[in-house]
Amino acid sequence: MSITAITPSEKRRQEIPHVTIRFVGDSGDGIQLSGDQFTSATAVAGNELATLPDFPAEIRAPAGSLAGVSGFQIQFASHEVYTPGDQPDVLVCMNPAGLKTNLKLLRPGGILIVNTDAFSESNLRKVGYATNPLEDDSLADWTVHKVPLETLTLECIKDLDVPTRTGRMAKNFFALGIMYWMYNRPMDETLTYIDKRIGGKNATLGEANRRLLLAGHAYGETCEMFPVNFTVPQAKIAPGTYRNIRGNEALALGLVAAGVKSGLDVFLGAYPITPASDVLHQLSGYKEFGIRTFQAEDEIAGICSAIGASYGGALGVTLSSGPGIALKQEAMGLAHMVELPLVICNIQRGGPSTGLPTKTEQADLMQAIYGRNGEAPIPVIAAQSPSDAFMAAYEACRIATKYMTPVMLLSDGYIANGAEPWSIPRTEDLPAFSHHFQTSAEGFQPYGRDEQTLSRPWVRPGTPGLEHRIGGIEKAHLSGNISYDPQNHDFMCRMRAEKVQRVQQDIAPTVVNGDADGGDLLILGWGSTYGSITAAVQWARGSGLSVSHAHLRWLNPLPANLGEVLRRYKRVMVPEINLGQLVHLVRSKYLVDARPLNQVRGQPFSVGELVKAIKQMLEVA
Amino acid sequence: MSAPVEIPKYTKADFESDQDVRWCPGCGDYAILSTVQKALSTLPVRKENHVFVSGIGCSSRFPYYVSTYGFHTIHGRAPAIASGLKASRPDLTVWVVTGDGDALSIGGNHLIHALRRNFDLKILMFNNRIYGLTKGQYSPTSELGKKTKSTPLGSLDYPFNPLALALGAGASFVARSMDTDAKHLGDIVTTAWKHKGTSFVEIFQNCNIFNDGAFTSFTEKPVRDDKQLRVEHGQKLVFAKGTKGIVRRNDRLVVGNLGQDATLDDVLTHDATDPDPSHAFALAALDVPEFPVAMGVLRAVERPTYEEMMSEQIAQARARKPADLHKLLHAGYTWTVK
Repeated sequence: MSITAITPSEKRRQEIPHVTIRFVGDSGDGIQLSGDQFTSATAVAGNELATLPDFPAEIRAPAGSLAGVSGFQIQFASHEVYTPGDQPDVLVCMNPAGLKTNLKLLRPGGILIVNTDAFSESNLRKVGYATNPLEDDSLADWTVHKVPLETLTLECIKDLDVPTRTGRMAKNFFALGIMYWMYNRPMDETLTYIDKRIGGKNATLGEANRRLLLAGHAYGETCEMFPVNFTVPQAKIAPGTYRNIRGNEALALGLVAAGVKSGLDVFLGAYPITPASDVLHQLSGYKEFGIRTFQAEDEIAGICSAIGASYGGALGVTLSSGPGIALKQEAMGLAHMVELPLVICNIQRGGPSTGLPTKTEQADLMQAIYGRNGEAPIPVIAAQSPSDAFMAAYEACRIATKYMTPVMLLSDGYIANGAEPWSIPRTEDLPAFSHHFQTSAEGFQPYGRDEQTLSRPWVRPGTPGLEHRIGGIEKAHLSGNISYDPQNHDFMCRMRAEKVQRVQQDIAPTVVNGDADGGDLLILGWGSTYGSITAAVQWARGSGLSVSHAHLRWLNPLPANLGEVLRRYKRVMVPEINLGQLVHLVRSKYLVDARPLNQVRGQPFSVGELVKAIKQMLEVA
Repeated sequence: MSAPVEIPKYTKADFESDQDVRWCPGCGDYAILSTVQKALSTLPVRKENHVFVSGIGCSSRFPYYVSTYGFHTIHGRAPAIASGLKASRPDLTVWVVTGDGDALSIGGNHLIHALRRNFDLKILMFNNRIYGLTKGQYSPTSELGKKTKSTPLGSLDYPFNPLALALGAGASFVARSMDTDAKHLGDIVTTAWKHKGTSFVEIFQNCNIFNDGAFTSFTEKPVRDDKQLRVEHGQKLVFAKGTKGIVRRNDRLVVGNLGQDATLDDVLTHDATDPDPSHAFALAALDVPEFPVAMGVLRAVERPTYEEMMSEQIAQARARKPADLHKLLHAGYTWTVK
């Protein structure tokens, strides 16, 4: 039975190409759950979409406080979508704190759906409202729908044996029902979720939530307050099998896939840190794949245990965020020196120091490329969207093994928690990925090198006849014995750097989206700015401007043709969520007058601010 | 993997590497190296299955001189690296060689966590109560008031008792020996190898350059018998050629003079397997001049190792469901666009 078959009665139905909806409320209001459910329903409806969860750092901030506001934003459309939307068209608001912190984001004329029951005198006072904004004219710029969500919710389930407090907490499903009606979303997925996940544990509560979702939908349909509902036609989506996926989930799956395809056992050594811990949780659930996860005593032990595992012949992985990465740097130098494969996942967050743990930033690029003592370059790869974290992680593992080197994978809070539909790759289509353990003693040299990759042999302890010693002290070329010889040190530093540079052999040349042969402006990006830049460039080109886009997957080494590509454009702009890091690298490396565009507000670039910067740079109105 | 492994007949020379040993002439490390190499030749383990992991410091050069697999890592981190190695390769015999600064100062955190997790690691901690490689600063086991380059007026740090620390961290095997007694040290190293779980062995080691004679008050021949208590499981805690013993009076350990103020029946019997660590803790704390210093295996209790339990969890997960990558990638709700 499909619930979507309910026919809207006399109401008007309006078709729109895209919409951005933001859900806000208290941490305890089930905002993230509502957002996830709405996202699944939207994927099923066949729209393109992108999401942005925005939650507080405090686990349980005081109820109703400004610090405790949790948000979830989704943009969906009948065309391609690259970002969760700059400005919400609709704000679904559960309490005064949510209104106070989010109203300024809502587009003028946008729709505000607000839970009036939460606007008690004490709740208003708690967040500094002198008068009730629902009762004065402060909301005149928006279309306001006042819904007594808690009253309706409790009325709806009064015959069920559900405690009032629990019942009140289920109001998010009533609100979700209204939104499903308003945007014609299919409810089957959410009903299945309610029956299985909630009803499976507590049948009465399952019944209550099911009833609330349907009641919310019926309320939208019958209440005169809502004269119109909207349809967003299906987008033209490439054929394939899809699922909705968060960046951290995709990253974890990429690591599993790398283990399966290479035949290597994956070992993860990690210490919990926001926003990286989900990858640890995820991988800890995949024991049937032989994945060994080790929650270490600290960040340093996390990476060191992974190095130990790689030394033993496993694929060692560690993960963290900025502050933890700083602690791991000495050990990365060791991995570089002893030339063992290792993947370091850095889910960047706002810094410096503890910074903004739940917010996004790209300010660890320099730390990734130059973070260690001595001359210790390592390859650095960046994911550009939630689903892309899968292939980025897979590639990081492949390169680490092929070149016997630590590789840093950069993601960030935006990618980690953001979600988007993912065209699931066929396992047989993943790039081949093999490894070789040296077993023959014939001509064996611990620091002998492969001619093409310059990688040294990987020998598992336990291999007879190949016993040797490695360590952090400088190695003599070939024998690997301790060497303090100045010439040898110079030679070996250059050799290790050259090896990392040779990763270029595996890097695709820079591809330009736009005017490949040159033009007025090239926007050079990396990482999670991909979506905003793509949308902004699409707008600019639509307006007839000569603007192109190149996005870097590898930050070290850089693609062989990058310098030549940059020189084809009159101007180059590098937007980054830091105070200018990649721009510094390309200016010094290619002597190109690249211009920075920076902000560190813990949020992705809005398409609007990129468009504004493009106009300014091209001096157009 | 239960096929019997053939063990070649080894000699000490089979465990000597081709590298020149570069400790200071007269260093206690030479004696320890020689004793360990000899002990290795007697163990039923193929040479390629031994791995020596070390941190930084004089003692941490050890792996270069043993012709097995070896990994000289970074300061303090050897237990963490060894833990990862053992977790992924339970088949290997993993040794950790460390010093008092490496293990107890910069690497203190890794040491205590390795001990509580009970990975099957053999940790040999050379204690010379000084920083040697950095040329003579006080260490976390140096006595209060020690005058060194960094403490010209005397150190203000109260020292660690390494064995008490290990016991406090829940170590399943705790022992003590010294560089100059090859027979005793060889036996302790072998016993440590036999123990299944983390073995922590403190080895008193003389640094003849920066802290010469640190242990002479109980290791020199004239005082040795009177100032060392050789503990053995199931045996009475007697010393001084059988003339003295450790007895309990008013809930405290005291030295009893046999035939004078105590009889052999009063003397405590050593039980290294006691689940309650307080007996071992009391022995670890005995110190000169009032008491003899306890040498030998203070504690040896059996409990499952981390890597055993980890492998067990993986085996159980595999028995429950097969590893199917296609299925994993398609988990949850999926939809197909044609």
